[in-house]
Amino acid sequence: MLLTRRSLIRSASVFAAAATLPGLVRAQSRPLRLEITEGVIEPLPFAIPSFIARNGAAADAAADITRVIAADLRGTGLFRQIPDSAHISSVTNFDAPILYPDWQAINAQALIVGEVEQQGGRLIVRFRLFDVFSQQPLGDGLQFVGNRDGWRRMAHNVADQVYERITGETGYFDTRVVFVHEEGPKNARLKRLALMDYDGANVQFLTDSRSLVLAPRFSPTGDRIIYTSYESGQPRVYLMDVASVTRRPLEAVSAGNMTFSPRFTADGGSVVFSMEQGGNTDIYRVPVGGGARSQLTNAPSIETAPSFSPDGRQMVFESDRTGGQQIYVMPAGGGEVQRISRGSGRYGTPVWSPRGDYIAFTKQERGRFHIGVMRTNGSEERLLTASFLDEGPTWAPNGRVLMFTRETAGADGAPAVYSVDISGRNLQRVATPGMASDPSWSPRLP
Amino acid sequence: MTMSLRATALILTAAMALSACAQGGLRGGDDAINLNSAQGAFGSVSDPSSIAYFNQIVGDRVLFAVDQSTIDASAMAVLDGQAEWLMTNPEFTALVEGHADEQGTREYNLALGARRAAAVRDYLVSRGVAANRINTISFGKERPLEICSNESCYSQNRRGVTVLSAGAGV
Repeated sequence: MLLTRRSLIRSASVFAAAATLPGLVRAQSRPLRLEITEGVIEPLPFAIPSFIARNGAAADAAADITRVIAADLRGTGLFRQIPDSAHISSVTNFDAPILYPDWQAINAQALIVGEVEQQGGRLIVRFRLFDVFSQQPLGDGLQFVGNRDGWRRMAHNVADQVYERITGETGYFDTRVVFVHEEGPKNARLKRLALMDYDGANVQFLTDSRSLVLAPRFSPTGDRIIYTSYESGQPRVYLMDVASVTRRPLEAVSAGNMTFSPRFTADGGSVVFSMEQGGNTDIYRVPVGGGARSQLTNAPSIETAPSFSPDGRQMVFESDRTGGQQIYVMPAGGGEVQRISRGSGRYGTPVWSPRGDYIAFTKQERGRFHIGVMRTNGSEERLLTASFLDEGPTWAPNGRVLMFTRETAGADGAPAVYSVDISGRNLQRVATPGMASDPSWSPRLP
Repeated sequence: MTMSLRATALILTAAMALSACAQGGLRGGDDAINLNSAQGAFGSVSDPSSIAYFNQIVGDRVLFAVDQSTIDASAMAVLDGQAEWLMTNPEFTALVEGHADEQGTREYNLALGARRAAAVRDYLVSRGVAANRINTISFGKERPLEICSNESCYSQNRRGVTVLSAGAGV
């Protein structure tokens, strides 16, 4: 995997440019800042002139990188791109003063300027972000250096920087998603584990289609994946190393016991999973490196779909101990169980936000499925989606966006991966190469 | 040398054919049905000790209500027949598959399928079939038999299927 190196760009010219154009237009009272609230917001208009190619070899990369940065920002629903055809100024020199009035005239509030240089197999990407109405750079210029074929990650890094500086939230563009790629008719589906960039690019298959695979999850460091496979004939939990694409059963389980629904603990050191014995399903925990298995729940009902709070102290899971599926929270080491889902209908697949503030879930009511979020005590329940079948939310590492599976009805029904932000806005289908389900979002890549 | 290679190849081919047969009975329910229609592999329906007879005359499956794993009266009738057949034909072992309809979340349905498979197995054991002749597996909602999205299909998909294979002991 490519590693980008980044460094600040020291340049006085930007500040000089701002200083030489005082008071030409109204100054904004406060610096450019987009608050991500739950209300409806007007997308912030930005301009991104095509990044300058420092040499001929960099021409393609410059155009591609510009396109991906713009797509990342537009895709959030928080930003609106001003088309190049509306631009008055053209940017031909990365260090030239910014002609703010030209950008103010087309109401660009943010301006992203960059250049790309190719040296052998390496790519150097530099960018600066400007607050057009304050006539100031927003943060320092940055330079990323990486391999030519890692251009997408460099673009995502630039977009993450822009997003962070304007929203104050952590970016989520330089991330990957592990999911299940599906092929074939509904009654004979073939399933393969696959990885993609968050935007659907760079798909890589991790397993072949010989064995059914279900519900993969990333480790908190993104270097391992845990999932369920029918490889042995029975559903079993497997652990995969992402870099080497090698896998092993999580632990030796006696024949006849199905293990499934695995998740990493918050520190990544253990895995919690469901094990079925004689038709009854409970949640267990085992160290990744091997060791004694401990039982976390002990009830004659189905206990599954565990998820840890980011501080590792609590575990949320689903249980049908009162009849239908409901969501419960308990101390990570075991102890008193508290039901938090309160509405009508059934609640499953709880996932604790990486920020710790919400729990996302699947709700099933009167033949419809919803993805929703609630506070960790069950209050402030909010449904974000509704369809024939929505299930299995996974959080972006900044806890602001969710991906999930949406399946259409009927004999030709097919699953796809969708994303939606936690206010319920910006529902989008993720551009997977075919049918896709069970997404799990990686942490920010190192 | 040439002769021994050919002999080895023949033995390997025969072994592969045998293992293919053995695995046939352990496949998922849909495969079992496809093979069933092909006849031959499961013997003749007119032979009461054939898998074909078990599948079609005794009945290889029972259905469940939404979210339930209770063996109702009609399921009991089918399973009584299965138990009797299994005790008359001790050379067969059974893999009970539990399935769910698509109206549920994936992992819950996997657990629900396991519950259904266990209910079938427990009933067969209660009727006298040795527990070590029956294994279970859950397919959750992964292997629907009928593919429409309404109750007429869902009711057929909430099933427990007893898949036979020859060979005593599990």
